[in-house]
Amino acid sequence: MLNKNKNLFLNNPTKLFFLFILFCLVFIAQKENYSQLTTSGTFGATLRLAIPIMLAGLGGMFAERSGVVNIGLEGMMIMGTWFGAWAAWLYGPWWGVAAGVLGGLLFGLIHAIATVSFQVDHIVSGVAINILAAGTARFFSIVAYSGESLGGATQSPRISGRVSTTSIPFISGGNFFGIETTDTLKTIEEMNLFLISDLSGLLGGFTRDISYLSILAILLIPICTWLLWSTSFGLSLRSVGEYPVGSESLGINVYLMKYIGVSLSGALAGLGGAYLVIESAGIYRENQTGGRGFIGLATVIFGNWRPSGVMMGAGLFGYADALQLRSEESVHGLLILITITLLVTSIYLVFYKKNRRGLYSLLLAFMFGVWWLNSTTVPNEFVFFTPHLTTLVVLSFASQRLRVPKSVGQPYKRGDLT
Amino acid sequence: MKIYLKIIGYLTPIIALAISFFITGLILVAIDRNPIDTFALMIEYGTTPKSIISILNRSIPVYISAIAVAVGFKMGMFNIGVEGQYLFGTLIGAYVGSLLSVSRPLHILIIFISSFAVSSLWAGIAGYLKVKKGVHEVISTIMLNYIASGLVAYLLGSVFFERKDDGIIRVPQTNNLPETGQLPPLNNLLGLEDLPNLNGFLIGAVILGIVYYWLVWKSSLGFELRATGMNPTAAKFSGANPNKLIIVAMLISGAFAGFVGMSNLVGYFHKFTIDFPTGLGFAGITVALLGRNHPIGMALGAFLISFLERSAQILDLNDVPKEIERIMAGIVILVVVISYEVVRRYVLTQQVKLASKLVQNVE
Repeated sequence: MLNKNKNLFLNNPTKLFFLFILFCLVFIAQKENYSQLTTSGTFGATLRLAIPIMLAGLGGMFAERSGVVNIGLEGMMIMGTWFGAWAAWLYGPWWGVAAGVLGGLLFGLIHAIATVSFQVDHIVSGVAINILAAGTARFFSIVAYSGESLGGATQSPRISGRVSTTSIPFISGGNFFGIETTDTLKTIEEMNLFLISDLSGLLGGFTRDISYLSILAILLIPICTWLLWSTSFGLSLRSVGEYPVGSESLGINVYLMKYIGVSLSGALAGLGGAYLVIESAGIYRENQTGGRGFIGLATVIFGNWRPSGVMMGAGLFGYADALQLRSEESVHGLLILITITLLVTSIYLVFYKKNRRGLYSLLLAFMFGVWWLNSTTVPNEFVFFTPHLTTLVVLSFASQRLRVPKSVGQPYKRGDLT
Repeated sequence: MKIYLKIIGYLTPIIALAISFFITGLILVAIDRNPIDTFALMIEYGTTPKSIISILNRSIPVYISAIAVAVGFKMGMFNIGVEGQYLFGTLIGAYVGSLLSVSRPLHILIIFISSFAVSSLWAGIAGYLKVKKGVHEVISTIMLNYIASGLVAYLLGSVFFERKDDGIIRVPQTNNLPETGQLPPLNNLLGLEDLPNLNGFLIGAVILGIVYYWLVWKSSLGFELRATGMNPTAAKFSGANPNKLIIVAMLISGAFAGFVGMSNLVGYFHKFTIDFPTGLGFAGITVALLGRNHPIGMALGAFLISFLERSAQILDLNDVPKEIERIMAGIVILVVVISYEVVRRYVLTQQVKLASKLVQNVE
């Protein structure tokens, strides 16, 4: 029974539905002005935009698996961006990565001290962390950058150097022992074949000019999975989040586990912040994180507290972000995709005799259809909150099917049995 | 013995503040500034009559925002969405107000009602999602904040904009409120003619504080809210309906949030612009935590936060980054929540000891 609902995104009906939507996407992308929906450029951008959210999500997952809600992810990410930019500016990108991780870790530790040692309410502490982080970043910027010509209160000077990139030889045009190879996927993509070109766009986007930092971030998914489900450390960490009193009685140091979970959480969020600076922007700006920490937290929830789920959720947001950046025209194509999705959902619902909900779905489909027909672009402001709206919608449909770590959010005090 | 526990309770905020000032002092020392001089400068500048009026004006929205957050807290809920709720409500209030032409009290009243109705409904979405769909209110209110700010930007830029120069230029702001929709400052009333304007909505903030006190501590609805916040199971068995209360609490919280922007709208800007102050919702969370949801405690907290903001203005002129205020607010809030929790636990264990002693004496 437990295994059956193992992953929300990969159980069977959902998988079919998912594939169907992908197929529709490919179909829509055949239209000239929606072609950006499935190009390798869009998927490449998706990857770059999804990774910070994914890292924040993985961070949130570690904290929640150890029983601590980490609403302070946003603040820890802010610290990642600030320290990442500062060290990258002074010493180079990889030092930036290290400093970002440490900055996030530091704020993770503060959260751990407050919630684990002092049993402060997790959300209260997290909100305080966010306020503190925003203030700290502003203050540090003044102190560190006020003398610099291009930096100031709200931004850093441009960082020097980038993390080098690589492509797979023969497939996406990488170097093979110093020899340039052909970019097979690019060739196929440019042939404009139905489905095949779109798929090679997807593969190309994920394999061409990928920075080593991205590779490191993606590798963290299997590493985190292994750490949490295949090691005794992971078992201890998860048991602490489920039933701390029982874990204590088995000799697990609950405080230590929670400290590790929350600190790792901060470190991962910090890495996410550093990634934003070093890979995406090349500069620190105030409010650069733009709520990605919060979205990361949301991916934890609808990823059902699993790395693969977090990855899928982050991918969804990354895709929405990428489309907004690359082509506003293509975003309009998503309206028809939503219409089709809602139509199919309403048919499904009516088939299972849920007539009322089917009707609502049909009504919504009609509304989106009309919107699609009567417009050529989607207002930019709407695109801006699409990820957040998606989060709400997905959570409202998924919340009941989720398996929450049992003691998450409850303060635990050693020797306190209540 | 009992008095001594009470005194500890009252002393906690002061001790916490002292610790925060100490930590901030350390940071100032670290960047090679004299902390004592800095604090003296802040106090000197922050207590001039002009500053006091500015502090009062700043306190109004922060205080109301804190009340909105506190209503949620009392019910055991975390309304992080005050930010989005007040921005959305104020925008609609400003728009409705700019269209009307009625006599003064009614005009202002209609602005208030349209603002708090919108804010309240917006907050209600989070309550509905929690009850019907099981979405945690923290996540939903955060997401609703982003959605609200997007909607506000869209409405301001594409629907409610003001036309200037014969409609050629679109300015992203609502039309000015007519004279009847503006609230005069209190200066004439208090004989402060030669000082900066004291916002008339100060009276509104006081009234809202009293309403909050009555609602939460004196009404039966408030009793149910507090009971459910403390122990949902017990409250359920005593006949309260937690699901209904969640939605009601969010609606009330949102209604208070609808007043957050009012002092700036009817008392100062007289229109909604892109420069309208943001971040008041988050400041409200800080103040609600500082003041422990108590109407007077939150007023003091609002004064403190506004004092820090105002008095830091002088620092830049004296070669201390005024942003020290930002970091200070963060430190204050963190230290305060930790010390409240430590003291709460300490008092609790002392009370248990006291009770067991009493029981032994009886036996």
